[in-house]
Amino acid sequence: MSVIELENVSRAFTVSSRTGFRRTRREVRAVDGLSFTVEPGEVMGYIGPNGAGKSTTIKMLTGILVPTSGSIRVAGVDPSRNRLKLAKRIGVVFGQRTTLWWDLPLKDSFAVLQKMYGVPRARHRENLATFVELLDLGDLLDVPVRQLSLGQRMRGDIAAALLHDPEIVYLDEPTIGLDIISKARLREFLAQVNKERQTTIILTTHDLDDIEALCSRVMVIDHGHQVFDGTLTGLRASQSAPRTLIVDLATSLPPIEIPGTTVTKTEGPRQHLTFPPTTSAAPLVAQIAASYPLVDLSISDPTIESIIARLYATPHRSSEVSDM
Amino acid sequence: MGVYWAIAVRSFRRFSTYRIATLSGAFTNTVFGFIFCGVYLTLWEARPGLGGYDVSDALTFVWLQQGLLLPVGIFGATTTGELGERVRTGEIAVDLYRPTHLMLWWLSVDAGRAAFQLLFRGGAPLLVGALVFNLNFPSSALQWLAVAVAVTFGITVSFGVRYLVALSGFWITDSRGVANLAMAMSLFFSGSTLPLVLFPGWIGEVARATPWAATLQVPIDVWLGRNPGGVGSALAFQLVWILILVLAGQLATYFATRKVVIAGG
Repeated sequence: MSVIELENVSRAFTVSSRTGFRRTRREVRAVDGLSFTVEPGEVMGYIGPNGAGKSTTIKMLTGILVPTSGSIRVAGVDPSRNRLKLAKRIGVVFGQRTTLWWDLPLKDSFAVLQKMYGVPRARHRENLATFVELLDLGDLLDVPVRQLSLGQRMRGDIAAALLHDPEIVYLDEPTIGLDIISKARLREFLAQVNKERQTTIILTTHDLDDIEALCSRVMVIDHGHQVFDGTLTGLRASQSAPRTLIVDLATSLPPIEIPGTTVTKTEGPRQHLTFPPTTSAAPLVAQIAASYPLVDLSISDPTIESIIARLYATPHRSSEVSDM
Repeated sequence: MGVYWAIAVRSFRRFSTYRIATLSGAFTNTVFGFIFCGVYLTLWEARPGLGGYDVSDALTFVWLQQGLLLPVGIFGATTTGELGERVRTGEIAVDLYRPTHLMLWWLSVDAGRAAFQLLFRGGAPLLVGALVFNLNFPSSALQWLAVAVAVTFGITVSFGVRYLVALSGFWITDSRGVANLAMAMSLFFSGSTLPLVLFPGWIGEVARATPWAATLQVPIDVWLGRNPGGVGSALAFQLVWILILVLAGQLATYFATRKVVIAGG
């Protein structure tokens, strides 16, 4: 059974603006007709540009916002009607905020959480020991949270969100502002938690490396609409972003003319040719080698960033919604 | 209920980490205690028995007032100030993710703060005052108990008002204006400017009926044994305000949550 089910969920906000004495009210649909399900143990990356409706969706999933229309079930219940009950079964982490007690040692925050979620003492000790080891928190337990570095604090926040064995964890930009090593460590930890505890993880991020490292599934949302749902490979394949062939010639020459390619840039003897993703590079290379003094070449595939940028630029409610 | 106790304990500990602030604050209270004593001595020498207080009542009032200013939160308190800030910035949403009741959570936080400040900010000036002047102390265990209850009630009433002020931010853009107004009312009607027994006629009647009177004037009068209608009616008066404010606070919490959940902030 799916742990999260959304059916045709929309959420509208009334925005009132004032010009002089006239007040105008306008309805903005932050989320529009969203439907999807998430299975237990899935790690889903939920991405979209700022203002796409990511936070609104998360708020509805946690029950602190009711949808304008449509139905939501999380862990079998309607979130907004069972907010306090559901709160015991989910964990939430905001990369830019902390739920830890700022002026107190880290361990004090953990002690309050044990009481707050009514975690049996033995279980709490066991979980704490695991997380302290995996997240390397041993030396930090007695340090006031305000003295922790951003990476250390984040590890504390993530441990705090997982101490009560939540079935679902929502992570909102958990790696924001972290250095490469801290990011890698955090991803490793999350992957392990997911694997060992079958915790369902919904991750919103702007860092696509997070997605690459963790998520078996990606959902892209833009202007409140779902524009993609599938695997990362599927996402790459779904967009016909052109590939680029970078050719180094012996001397500076006029743009190479080969059918099916376009020269987008020339830098002295170096020329950039783009060609459709459906075309194989081998015959092109052969043709160039036959007619031009070829010295060196390289092929670059579109980055996942550029693919997503194309997705965002696509007019919404288009036929490009992929269903994989 | 374990969680609320745990929260209060952590809040107590949190305030115990601000050592310099506690020390300098207690020093300030003590200095103001001496200044007020000078003024009150002159006043009560000119008009003995003013407001039903004798000279040592008046001096005791000064030191209790200085000791209770911060624990009661006459100028507002760090805790409810932070709540107002969270409402203003929208961070309050984080509090709604917790399986706890908003008002009880903040009441626990405030109780921990008040307990710490009562011990270390309230105790110090009173000790100095008692060494220099001849002050009145409760004469029986029962009166001590009544004082403890009255002070607890006073802090609860003050919390009730401050909680509503902080939550007002849900409906008005900035609760700081309301907070300033509440502080002015609190300074005037709690007895922290002048004992309310000195307010004449109907102004006095009104002042003594406000919730602010229940925060400072009433507990001090219980200590002095000077409540016009006796200790029982004084505590009942506080309890009525607690009931009204808790009810109003719950309603405000309900509507604020509804506003967030239905209207989206």
